[in-house]
Amino acid sequence: MATVSPTPLLKDELDIVIPTIRNLDFLEMWRPFFQPYHLIIVQDGDPTKTIKVPEGFDYELYNRNDINRILGPKASCISFKDSACRCFGYMVSKKKYIYTIDDDCFVAKDPSGKDINALEQHIQNLLSPSTPFFFNTLYDPYRSGADFVRGYPFSLREGVPTAVSHGLWLNIPDYDAPTQLVKPLERNTRYVDAIMTIPKGTLFPMCGMNLAFNRELIGPAMYFGLMGDGQPIGRYDDMWAGWCTKVICDHLGWGVKTGLPYIWHSKASNPFVNLKKEYKGIYWQEELIPFFQSVALPKDCTTVQKCYIEISKQVKAKLGKVDDYFNKLADAMVTWIEAWDELNPSGNISAKIPNGASK
Amino acid sequence: MSLSIKDDEIDIVIGALRPDLTSFMSEWRPIFSRFHLIIVKDPDLKEELKIPEGFNLDVYKKPDIDCLVGTSTSTIFSGYSCRYFGYLVSRKKYIISVDDDCYPAKDNKGILVDAVAQHITNLTTPATPFFFNTLYDPFTEGADFVRGYPFSLRSGVQCALSCGLWLNLADYDAPTQALKPEERNSRYVDAVLTVPARTLMPISGINIAFNREVIGPALLPSLRLGGEGKFRWETMEDIWSGMCVKVACDHLGLGVKSGMPYVWRNDRGDAIASLRKEWEGVKLMEEVVPFFQSVRLPREATTTEDCVAEVANVVKEQLGSKDPIFARAAKAMVDWVMLWKSVGSSTSSPGA
Repeated sequence: MATVSPTPLLKDELDIVIPTIRNLDFLEMWRPFFQPYHLIIVQDGDPTKTIKVPEGFDYELYNRNDINRILGPKASCISFKDSACRCFGYMVSKKKYIYTIDDDCFVAKDPSGKDINALEQHIQNLLSPSTPFFFNTLYDPYRSGADFVRGYPFSLREGVPTAVSHGLWLNIPDYDAPTQLVKPLERNTRYVDAIMTIPKGTLFPMCGMNLAFNRELIGPAMYFGLMGDGQPIGRYDDMWAGWCTKVICDHLGWGVKTGLPYIWHSKASNPFVNLKKEYKGIYWQEELIPFFQSVALPKDCTTVQKCYIEISKQVKAKLGKVDDYFNKLADAMVTWIEAWDELNPSGNISAKIPNGASK
Repeated sequence: MSLSIKDDEIDIVIGALRPDLTSFMSEWRPIFSRFHLIIVKDPDLKEELKIPEGFNLDVYKKPDIDCLVGTSTSTIFSGYSCRYFGYLVSRKKYIISVDDDCYPAKDNKGILVDAVAQHITNLTTPATPFFFNTLYDPFTEGADFVRGYPFSLRSGVQCALSCGLWLNLADYDAPTQALKPEERNSRYVDAVLTVPARTLMPISGINIAFNREVIGPALLPSLRLGGEGKFRWETMEDIWSGMCVKVACDHLGLGVKSGMPYVWRNDRGDAIASLRKEWEGVKLMEEVVPFFQSVRLPREATTTEDCVAEVANVVKEQLGSKDPIFARAAKAMVDWVMLWKSVGSSTSSPGA
């Protein structure tokens, strides 16, 4: 029987980014799993408020004043009064990996009653390859107890680097406002013991509540858009980042996984408040999805930044007519990349476009 | 939200590769006994079939096959492909097929899995191939579409094919099982999901169900390995057929689901023995997968038969010269469409 090597801690290679407007009491429950890591707290809302961080955590904290000071005029691309501000944390991090989690997410239990170390599972997901070109019916073939099924070509069994690990939620599911209104009591009690690669060419709704990614690979694509105060839309920040990220990962030959780990999502946000935030998004996404499904990135877009700038041009050209918001968003996307490159000057990961199987 | 399906809309088709079906049928009795069964005996099998009493079934053997399709054609139904004869002669809307070495499985709570009921649920609730739902099947109890899932895509499309999974002996190829002789699948994944449009996968014939009215002709015997044997490790016929089905479904806007139900697959055979015997299937997949990923069907192909005929054409043109096995497969596909039209078409076939 092959021995399973323990998952590396990566404590000096991973930052945990947490947006908050309230408090960080939830960290107490995560202490056994999070304490070795450096935290980046992005404080949204009133910067004069003091956010208390539990004792014993190593962290840096940024409020709106810090964001304005560090980015100057480019701070306009960072949302205010919306958890989208978390992407500022991605930008200032110096680590290879990011794990981001919401402050109403707690440790879940697996079916045997054991506490789930979500961070460890995310690390396993990121450190093992993805398989976007052909679907494995037994899900993640690199997990112990699983493998590639009959018919899976051997030439595709090495997989590709994993850029994103998208975790799920027990208890309060990530539903939109209309669904919350219709099913206010629905709780997710189903523990699906699987991780899988989302196939190339397929889009998905990426939730930022329990998300990890390889910042060195895909960081610049994880811009969470213009949301919240002064903006016509909210609760589409992670969606936007997810669609841009997936298109770029598909283009550059990297994988996106979804499934385990689960966290326990404790707080159901107010569906009426959510409806007001999402309202425009619900209409706009009918345009956005065909847009992202048809984005074609030219071969000379070999870095994430180049891909992202190209997408911003296409956003302006094709979505500007849906609403002027998209013109502003396209500009903000460019500002984001400029700010990213200023704060992270060391270099771009250039990917050789794989001669993989076509879509 | 599944429609209520009458038992007489369902046929259970079993390909008998081993003569003694007593324990197989007894184990499945609680689940199968309500339904009509079609048992097709592998024409190469010499021994008499042993089938317990108390089932509503029709059994087809070599003479029956010869009679219906002629002795030269009946060779296409040898081995695991015998089940396709059952698909051909059935007149029911839904077909469920499991290998004769598979038994009912138990779920995580220790409850016997009604594989038939789960397959029917999969086939009668919509599929969602155009956008991935991170909570898997949104139509199942306790789940729904997540935030960010476009509303215009929430009604889904008709599901044509339901691919189940296997506990214990998973459907690995011979090299994989030979490398890990003790490995058994013990992970019960409580999910059904739609395989996205334009995404291909290895569709195993071991535990499968489909809407015959809608996709029947695309499940076909055509790719036969030179050394094809009587163990799944020694075949690729279902994998090939599955590629055709998925391409046709993607083109026609139909869905394919994968996941539950599980069946318990008994240990059988020796992977190392199969490994020594047959690399051919494994090598062929290197050609087969990129080929199917590049197939684009013309707009004029509006029925499943059209799709199969078109794929056959492209196989002949692009793969025929690489290996005679593909040229033979292409011809077999064309012959199958003709056979389906003459023998397989039901009297009440709905227009495309």
